[in-house]
Amino acid sequence: MAANEQLAMLVQPDRVHRALYTDAAIFELEMERIFARAWLVLGHESQVREPGDYFTTRMGREPVVVVKKDDGQIGVLVNRCAHRGAMVCAEGRGRVERFVCPYHGWSYDRAGELKAVPFSSGYAPGKLAELRLAKAPRVATYRGFIFASLAASGEPLEEFLGPATASFDDFVDRAPEGELEVAGGVFKHTYNGNWKLMLENHLDGAHPAWVHASSVAVARNAPDPGGERYSDIAVRQMRQNGAPDVVWEATGIWTTPRGHGYMGDYHDDDRLVAGLGNPVFDAYRAQLIERLGEQEADRILRVTLWNTIIYPNCSFMSQFRQLRIIHPLAVERSVVYTYSLRMPKAPPQMFRDTVAFANVVNGTGSWVLTDDLEVYERIQRGLTSNASEWVYIGRGYGRDVDDQGTQRGATGTSEVFIRGQMRAWLDYMTRDA
Amino acid sequence: MTPEQFLYHEARLLDRQQYEQWLELFTEDATYWLPLEQGQKDPYETSSIIHDDRTLLELRVKQIRHPRAHARQPVARTVHQVGNVVQLAEANGELDIGSTLTVVEFRNEKQRVYGALVEHRLRPYSDPRAGSTFRIARKRIDLVNSEGELDGIAILL
Repeated sequence: MAANEQLAMLVQPDRVHRALYTDAAIFELEMERIFARAWLVLGHESQVREPGDYFTTRMGREPVVVVKKDDGQIGVLVNRCAHRGAMVCAEGRGRVERFVCPYHGWSYDRAGELKAVPFSSGYAPGKLAELRLAKAPRVATYRGFIFASLAASGEPLEEFLGPATASFDDFVDRAPEGELEVAGGVFKHTYNGNWKLMLENHLDGAHPAWVHASSVAVARNAPDPGGERYSDIAVRQMRQNGAPDVVWEATGIWTTPRGHGYMGDYHDDDRLVAGLGNPVFDAYRAQLIERLGEQEADRILRVTLWNTIIYPNCSFMSQFRQLRIIHPLAVERSVVYTYSLRMPKAPPQMFRDTVAFANVVNGTGSWVLTDDLEVYERIQRGLTSNASEWVYIGRGYGRDVDDQGTQRGATGTSEVFIRGQMRAWLDYMTRDA
Repeated sequence: MTPEQFLYHEARLLDRQQYEQWLELFTEDATYWLPLEQGQKDPYETSSIIHDDRTLLELRVKQIRHPRAHARQPVARTVHQVGNVVQLAEANGELDIGSTLTVVEFRNEKQRVYGALVEHRLRPYSDPRAGSTFRIARKRIDLVNSEGELDGIAILL
């Protein structure tokens, strides 16, 4: 096991060692010390409404089942039979009375208690009473989003989130009735690259002009959007990725003590941003006003946040209600699940916009995402080089500003958020528990 | 041209990287659709791996030719194998044709295989040179693993 002093040498203020992305032993340690300690985003309450509703997912590499228990609480069970280790629950989602292991029929209730074992007379009295499905010791929700931690103790969820609670508030406050639900299908995309590469990309205002040059160019040459054609959302969003440098520089970027981060909005297209006055959003705004009054409705609509990263496993954005959860599979292999959230009471057009946006930006066949994935894989291959040990994260270094419990980049293209992630990484990796 | 011959012609244009000519096979009101979910009914309330109208399909073709299309340059080599061609329906002069599609893609030292059930809606078209042929009014490609964990898809199917 790497000594903490050695780990500390890998993370320097403006650069990190390439081993963080390429070393399989470090990856194993990350699974233990980051993914088995931190609060992880698992999903949303709407995925498990009734007792017995469940969905399978992963916490790091741990296969887990998120289930609504009989007492109405949400449980997170490790999907591994206490007997010989088979996954008791098939991958996917559904509703169950009992989780029955396919191997020897051991069955567990919705809380993971072992209820029945065939041939139980073969065990010494009391022996089976010690066995059950392992569970995540801590489960909590914030504004409807489900979190769990594999560590028995640690800071409460809201302390972990810190200033990033405001991003979840923004997400939920925008919904008339303050409700969201997962809807519209789940994209699952893989890449041959380290999990950190995605988190380092989503707040990076310097990359779109390069990575997305081709989709920006074709969108600029497309017929101008107008008249509410289906293609408009795609063309508009791809064009916005080509915002001028001054816009990216002026966009706010913040990082929190736990490595979370969020960026301001770089959009000026009023068909994409509900707070900019396009009449297409009038009915939606009217719903918010009816519930909250004009002042509060407009305050909510004028919040300018784009992506938020919840370190170490989640990225989301409120404007089009996208949630991405990253599952590290190996040091150089990751899979990302992308969910859309619907505001159930909002005008139907709002969710159709969400679907169109998801397809263009986060879809497996997207013009935009595919170029990001290509670059992640090129980074991973490039970092196998021995020619240089270091990855530079120094843009804006020395000019970060303390800002109400966060650090803010001096400009929107600052790598302050990666430095924040790396500080959190080192803290998780070297603290005692 | 028979529907079967037309599908082979379409596949051959893709495999010879004649994407602009391939695009011309589509009608102005065409849709090109890779649903995300099995049996997906609707492209507006559920996401799609790809759901393009003619405008977006044209952007997709143009992106392939852009020198900084990182996921698309160098252009992937493909084989589109079309099989099991059957006529499913005929209405308003248009034919609904079902087929199976196996695609092998090779790019950057990585080979990928896709399998799909495909439905074309073909509209009869009289081509000044080729004579009696078709245009594609709708193409739906249901990948067998559309709900699975997939690498990014940067080719045309």
